[in-house]
Amino acid sequence: MSSATDSDSPQQASGIAPEVNFAYLDERTKRMIRRAILKAVAIPGYQVPFGSREMPLPYGWGTGGIQVTAAVIGPADRLKVIDQGSDDTVNAVNIRRFFERTTGVRTTTDTREATLIQTRHRIPEKPLSEGQILIYQVPVPEPMQRLEPRESETRTLHGLAEYGLMHVKLYEDIARYGHIATTYDYPVLVNDRYIMSPSPIPKFDNPKMDRNPALQLFGAGREKRIYAVPPYTRVASLGFEDHPFEIQRWSAVCALCGANDSFLDEMITDDAGTRLHVCSDSDYCKTRRDGPEQQEHAQ
Amino acid sequence: MYVAVKGGEAAILNSYRLVAEQRRGDPRQPELTVMQIREQLKLSVDRVMTEGSVYDPELAALAIKQASGDLVEAIFLLRAYRATLPRLGSTCPIDTSRMELVRRISATFKDLPGGQVLGPTYDYTQRLLDFTLLAQGEPSAIDPAVARPVVQEPIPRVVDLLNQEGLIETFPPPSDDPSPPDLTREPLRFPANRATRLQNLARGDEGFLLAMAYSTQRGYSHSHPFVGDIRLGRASIEIIPEELGFPISIGDIELTECEMVNQFGGSKTEPPQFTRGYGLAFGHSERKAMAMSLVDRALRAGELGEPVESPAQMEEFVLSHSDSLESSGFVQHLKLPHYVDFQSELELVRKMRAEAGRSRISDAEDA
Repeated sequence: MSSATDSDSPQQASGIAPEVNFAYLDERTKRMIRRAILKAVAIPGYQVPFGSREMPLPYGWGTGGIQVTAAVIGPADRLKVIDQGSDDTVNAVNIRRFFERTTGVRTTTDTREATLIQTRHRIPEKPLSEGQILIYQVPVPEPMQRLEPRESETRTLHGLAEYGLMHVKLYEDIARYGHIATTYDYPVLVNDRYIMSPSPIPKFDNPKMDRNPALQLFGAGREKRIYAVPPYTRVASLGFEDHPFEIQRWSAVCALCGANDSFLDEMITDDAGTRLHVCSDSDYCKTRRDGPEQQEHAQ
Repeated sequence: MYVAVKGGEAAILNSYRLVAEQRRGDPRQPELTVMQIREQLKLSVDRVMTEGSVYDPELAALAIKQASGDLVEAIFLLRAYRATLPRLGSTCPIDTSRMELVRRISATFKDLPGGQVLGPTYDYTQRLLDFTLLAQGEPSAIDPAVARPVVQEPIPRVVDLLNQEGLIETFPPPSDDPSPPDLTREPLRFPANRATRLQNLARGDEGFLLAMAYSTQRGYSHSHPFVGDIRLGRASIEIIPEELGFPISIGDIELTECEMVNQFGGSKTEPPQFTRGYGLAFGHSERKAMAMSLVDRALRAGELGEPVESPAQMEEFVLSHSDSLESSGFVQHLKLPHYVDFQSELELVRKMRAEAGRSRISDAEDA
């Protein structure tokens, strides 16, 4: 079963965490996950069941994304990990440390420099390019789970492309509120076939998925599913002709970099409830503040 | 100017230090050893082995120590360790009628072959705090002959006795004895077969299974259960190495087994007979094994043509929510930042409130 390349893991070279295999998982498990990824890429938007392992981090904290990253990462990769758009939130730091310890690969916060980007709840503001892989952590892979909790049922609905349930839900929103009341984890139709959960990214990010040059992989560890959007695949956010999909807009701009085109997080800065908006994408904000000259100088 | 919170890495490292301090407690007190936990907190060790799906008392004790006694956390540690172990092969089915028993009780017959052996149990203790333990006193000496009754000879199971009259359903092993699916290697799919369900329940959270089992006793599905057999003892684990072709014993493990006997009214094709629910756990885990057997029986509703109406009978409900790692992880992931999602909801609520305000004003103008 094992070939020379299998056992020849680069962990010896890095000398980091020698008690575990490169990227923690054993090579057979990684191969099993890669097979699931290949199937997922071949059927865009289809949820492929896989033998998710118990990782040293808790379910719901990114184990699906971590397993996908562990299966595709190599010693030459540059890894970026973000949570809520930021490289500095504790969970992102923790996952980045996990891969630093188990692979020794170089990490980065620069979106353009990264070959692999593991993300929770955001797509970076800077456009991605060919050759990059964006790996989403997915809590609930089934977009219809809140409407139909039985997986045996939703599987049939996907098989028949019977998505009336989802359209009725969106229609009921319009009837009740005058607009669609889903703001994140907004369902998308992939390659005109499967309805897919984009993971809880804000719907602001949905348009970035459409015909993106990067490979987008989605890992749900607890629910044991992997799915994918191959490069340049059509990803359409659901909507109606008279109520088309629309994204959030802010009247404010980023208080740090002045951006008016990025997703802004709101912060409360004093007891009186004074509010401030800043970019959720910390790398985008930093690049804008550093300015183009320093950016070139750094390179 | 306020700048977004940074320094997660330092905070994480500090949290490691603080949790180590908390685990150690007052350093003037002697430190617990893993061996002390293994020997003196046996029932904790047994639960962690059962739900951690690893039979290794030493590693389970280590996990309990590392987790400061949080058993769900200890189970997590053991499972994460287990995930990286290779699967070398499958053992032969265990014959529990040949277990070396230290405890065996049946609630169905007053006396039966093998008799009733109470063994170590809290069942008939009076739950009074024992202050001699607080004073580090030694319990009064017990006659060693009484202390460890061990039944060596094979003892037939109650279900086998009932089967002599054809009163109970039987489960002969399938002819080619296929290996059961391995939930730790393949994801759970629905509908699941009974082998898969039992595996899920064996790994399932004791508290969850207990509540599910309890619900079947309170009107949420009726199964009229009787404890056919509860057995605690050691069973030999055998494998058949390919190069030998005959079974060899690779060691003993301690097990708790529960066979529950339940009423079944019969159907058009089947005459009335008793049905079975099954529970098995590592070590001495009686509550777990009993709860498991009740839930197993409840989950067989569809197969037995009973209406599926209660949560304990619903396969997807029970099996998808039984795992403590999955439930604990996902419930606690709410601690992670959700700034982005919350921001989106904030915008939406503001928008809807603004619209509601506008429509109230226009209503007032109309009136």
